[in-house]
Amino acid sequence: MRALRNAGLVTGALIVGAAVAIALFAPLLVPHDPFAQDLSRRLIPPFWMEGARAGHPLGTDQLGRDYLSRLIYGARISMLIGIATTIASGLIGIALGVAGGFFGGRVDDAVLFAITARLSIPLILVALAIVSVVGSSLTVVVMTLGLLLWDRFAVVARVATMQVRNLDYVAAAWAAGCSKGRIVLREILPNILSPLAVVATLEVALAILLEAALSFLGLGVPPPLPSWGLMIAEGKDYMFFSPWVIMIPGVALFIVVFGINLLGDGLRDLLRTGRVA
Amino acid sequence: MSGGGLIDVRGVKRSFRVKQGLFAAARHVAAIDDVSFAVAPGDVLGIVGESGCGKSTLARVILGLLPPTAGEVLVDGRRIAQMDRRERARLIQPVFQDPFSSLNPRRRVRDIVAMPLDAQGDRAGAEVARRVDAMLERVGLSAAQGQRYPAELSGGQRQRVAIARALVLEPRIVVCDEPTSALDVSVQAQILNLLAELRRDLGLTYLFISHNLAVVEHVATEVAVMYLGRIVERRETAALFGAPAHPYTKALLASVLTPEPGLGIPDTGLGDTMPDPSNVPPGCRFHPRCPVAIAACRSQAPALTRVVGGQAECHLVAS
Repeated sequence: MRALRNAGLVTGALIVGAAVAIALFAPLLVPHDPFAQDLSRRLIPPFWMEGARAGHPLGTDQLGRDYLSRLIYGARISMLIGIATTIASGLIGIALGVAGGFFGGRVDDAVLFAITARLSIPLILVALAIVSVVGSSLTVVVMTLGLLLWDRFAVVARVATMQVRNLDYVAAAWAAGCSKGRIVLREILPNILSPLAVVATLEVALAILLEAALSFLGLGVPPPLPSWGLMIAEGKDYMFFSPWVIMIPGVALFIVVFGINLLGDGLRDLLRTGRVA
Repeated sequence: MSGGGLIDVRGVKRSFRVKQGLFAAARHVAAIDDVSFAVAPGDVLGIVGESGCGKSTLARVILGLLPPTAGEVLVDGRRIAQMDRRERARLIQPVFQDPFSSLNPRRRVRDIVAMPLDAQGDRAGAEVARRVDAMLERVGLSAAQGQRYPAELSGGQRQRVAIARALVLEPRIVVCDEPTSALDVSVQAQILNLLAELRRDLGLTYLFISHNLAVVEHVATEVAVMYLGRIVERRETAALFGAPAHPYTKALLASVLTPEPGLGIPDTGLGDTMPDPSNVPPGCRFHPRCPVAIAACRSQAPALTRVVGGQAECHLVAS
């Protein structure tokens, strides 16, 4: 119930909840087919501007596709990429971090080396290289980001494991004859999940922003998929006369990332002040 | 006494590498320096000493959680270091000091007590449940409390859970590492009585580590006094408390606060320097703090000498 008193957490949860709901129920919510082009209805402005037309509350893009429908489908792509990437990078990062923190010694040296190596790789350049070799698709974007964004998971999992591993209940599990696997899965992992949950929210936000950046550079999801980054990229030629074509997806991106970060910060505060993890 | 005990500690040393600062050379700190003793079945060996004297390290070495740097620990005639982890668990179990860190906060009490049985890998679910129920009842916890998480229990109840976890495999030895020092005074007696009752009923052997002399006098049949990683005096409880031989033991006994107010903190004559395990003095390691040190103490390490009811390591006892 303390969670409800944290305004940031509540706002963040509401925004993220709305974004997830929109993504899940996109086909039921869209007023038009997001892929249907109508060249006679190109670049209709949104409702608050002069020249708006009923039926297209957020106007249309340069190919006459309904902008609200594309925005709603774009939420799908963003949430899908954010969550899928975080799951992939979380599995890699947590496995590496827990291994390093638990075994220490040589294993830990190797994990630290991997983290350092990963941190010295420029994300966008590697993504560029991969996409130019294997081509761009949703799967490639998720795989690329998943293989690159595990560093924070690894750092946090490693340190948290080191703290938990020296506690008496882990010593008791050793003395009780538990195997290493049982100790990691039953005694250590459940007790490091809360800081990792905070990392996960931050990674979702980062992945969504990176996907937008990659799509803007033409390296993300291929057209005609309606990704928010791609919408900004496609609109950039019209931005002087029809600024809403980049403003609307830009604001959507901002709100969702802002909401996720609020949720992450709120979770962190909640877990820090709450009972010991 | 030596040889043939249920626990047989032979020449055990344990040192740790300590690095202070990025460029400082690593130093070795001897937490335990050549400790030998044996505990007969059914006995309670109390180990006392101030913080940092190596009591807890010794407990971990005997439990097989920490390999000794030198020497060996035999439990029931076999080396603990080479024992299978399940077999070791059936023989020797720990009860730790702080019941707030010795119970996994994410698991229910029942699951915590069932853990050693589950780790054996060959126990059927029904049997595990039956033994957990019996054990919880034995330590004075209800079935409803078994469904709770550790955070919902008091310190004394948590320590009962820790005792239940230690005894559910019916081990022969329990290593109690300051089992009452994190508890309220009113609860300490309950836990001590429970431990005494369990020892009588189940024929357990205890290694009882504490800095509380009154507690040790109450439970132990024999007491070992540790100073800077060595046992400086080991004697039967009554003999030690009646006529302490080693100057350090005398100082420890003198340092116990009396229940009478107004007497102030007793002067032990030890000075106010703390012993530093990374810089052990030559000769007798106690001589810089010893109120009765003689010339030989500064250069020669004293030999173990027989005294009434045990042994002590002191030049003055020898002469």
